[in-house]
Amino acid sequence: MTKALDKATADALRAQEKAWEANEVAGFLKKAGETKPAFFTLGDFPVKRTYTAADIADTPLEDIGLPGQYPFTRGPYPTMYRSRNWTMRQIAGFGTAEDTNKRFKFLIAQGQTGISTDFDMPTLMGYDSDHPMSEGEVGREGVAIDTFADMEMMLEGIDLEKISVSLTINPSAWILLAMYICLAEKRGYDLNKISGTVQADILKEFMAQKEFIFPIEPSVRIVRDIITYSAKNLKRYNPINISGYHISEAGSSPLQEAAFTMCNLITYVDEVLKTGIKVDEFAPRLAFFFVCQADFFEEIAKFRALRRVYAKIMKERFGATNPESMRLRFHCQTAAASLTKPQYMNNVMRTSNQALAAVLGGCQSLHTNGYDEAFAIPTEDAMRMALRTQQVIADETNVTQVVDPLGGSYYVESLTTEYEKRIFEIIDEVEKNGGVIKLINDGWFQRHIADFAYETALRKESGEKPCIGVNKYVDGTPDPKIHTHPYDYSTAERQISRTNEVRKNRDNKKHEELLKQLLVVAKDPNQNIMPVSIELIRNGATMGDLVETLKTIWGSYRESPVF
Amino acid sequence: MSQPIRVLLAKVGLDGHDRGVKIVARTLRDAGMDVIYTGLHRTPDEVVNAAVQEDVDILGVSLLSGVQLTVFPKIFKLLEEKGSKDLIIVAGGVMPDEDAEAIKKMGVAEVLLQDTPPAQLVANLKRLVSERGPR
Repeated sequence: MTKALDKATADALRAQEKAWEANEVAGFLKKAGETKPAFFTLGDFPVKRTYTAADIADTPLEDIGLPGQYPFTRGPYPTMYRSRNWTMRQIAGFGTAEDTNKRFKFLIAQGQTGISTDFDMPTLMGYDSDHPMSEGEVGREGVAIDTFADMEMMLEGIDLEKISVSLTINPSAWILLAMYICLAEKRGYDLNKISGTVQADILKEFMAQKEFIFPIEPSVRIVRDIITYSAKNLKRYNPINISGYHISEAGSSPLQEAAFTMCNLITYVDEVLKTGIKVDEFAPRLAFFFVCQADFFEEIAKFRALRRVYAKIMKERFGATNPESMRLRFHCQTAAASLTKPQYMNNVMRTSNQALAAVLGGCQSLHTNGYDEAFAIPTEDAMRMALRTQQVIADETNVTQVVDPLGGSYYVESLTTEYEKRIFEIIDEVEKNGGVIKLINDGWFQRHIADFAYETALRKESGEKPCIGVNKYVDGTPDPKIHTHPYDYSTAERQISRTNEVRKNRDNKKHEELLKQLLVVAKDPNQNIMPVSIELIRNGATMGDLVETLKTIWGSYRESPVF
Repeated sequence: MSQPIRVLLAKVGLDGHDRGVKIVARTLRDAGMDVIYTGLHRTPDEVVNAAVQEDVDILGVSLLSGVQLTVFPKIFKLLEEKGSKDLIIVAGGVMPDEDAEAIKKMGVAEVLLQDTPPAQLVANLKRLVSERGPR
């Protein structure tokens, strides 16, 4: 271990800082005090007046390192945006597959380089569009997908070998992946060459986003099956996107977001390893998703710490030997919960600042939110401006020229190390208390998230957490009228008629046989659920067919809420 | 001392966004109200039945999935069928202004949008109950 400073130099610097506090600072404070008695990050980390080399004297230089080198603090790749910008991946989806296909093509025409799919609530929760629970929700918050025919339509005319597709879906993720595989096969793609991502991170659903179907154990088993199947058959595909974003949006602190996500990672890796597959056979394709909130330097430190923590977990705990198993790659989204309805155009500035922090933090892909998201799902105009925000950062600011330009900042390095330490402390605490699944059942994560959310609400109320247009610079002038995304009430009818068409034309005898086979596979935890699911989808099964069949043996999950 | 105000909070529809409703639940509980929270993914039927059975003053419905114009007409129809007259309905969540206006016309007493300060929340609900008068 190499230290940045020898002890004598560090001590001399500390003495100098102490004298500075006693002389220059004290003298200045007598004339004009500071605005607050103490300063904290948004995530409650105390911050000093300024930082010196002494503050990082105990961080081993090896932990900072170089981009593309273990422990990847400074970035997963050695050249980062000098070779290729992050993927500009705006999430989109509404109405039927045709409606969403048009939006995708619009975004691609605007220079977007990847796509990410927002599904409607019934699809996310595993209901067909004609299920009673789906009423009013079909195609409302995202695109409605019931069958392979919908998937085919949604991606019609989009070259999947050029544009990578992210499927933002969790409890029913394996069905969407099955559809994607059927589509790739039908188009004659080499499955081992297609890229893309499916979110499939069920643990954070139980903790935060609350989209679930089955109880925790079978739900985790499905995720395990997606990962092991992909490791063998879809070598370039990211079979999971382990996500802190929703934990943060549900109200957690940035530290909780980071630490809970790493706890979930450990749980998934443990589950997959139990099948006998080696860590280096699947770890290189594990992908992550984090929010970028408003505290600029804290977020950058969080991303850097996460890369370091991940590298250490994979190498030291799981014995990975391939460097690709140790480099954390992440998608980033700006913080929707930071957006406001009053003075809504301010959301453009908020998003721009957050996007810049995401880029300085070294994200691999980025979604910037629309300014209208405190009203409804975004319009085309709002999405265009959000995309242009990324393009301005990429092409006009030159921040892409130097890899990890904040590396070596005394403040950022010090906060990075502090984050690393605290993340590992929370991982230890979770393990001592029985691990992720037990603590989800106990409501432990849910309570921590709700607590921070409540504190944040109180801080906004008191003004301690300023929010322009809400508790500061509140302006009596009405905002310009906003046009929100309209909902087409013919959506459900159009959607259900296609689903019925598929049901009518499929081989029903084969369908029934395959459903029986699905139950056999599901009851045997040593089997993988993917192959029979792919068969079912290819034969015209609906999502609801698979989900309702499995509910007969697995039941449904119902949360006992804590607040 | 008068009876504490009784509130039933519910998430209707399929969305799982429960940050807001839980902040509301805790705020009202801390202000001394009796708070029941149904949890997620409830149907209008379940929610109305629970509100009537629990004899609450206020039914708060939170949704962020955009289904307000489907859900609230159902709730009012069910309330009418049950002959419930003095139950105060409030809504919370993310929705366009036009929709907030539309559900107010249907009979929603108050639409609590994001960033409503906790103290204002408590004051508004107390005011609604006092305007209703004793039952």
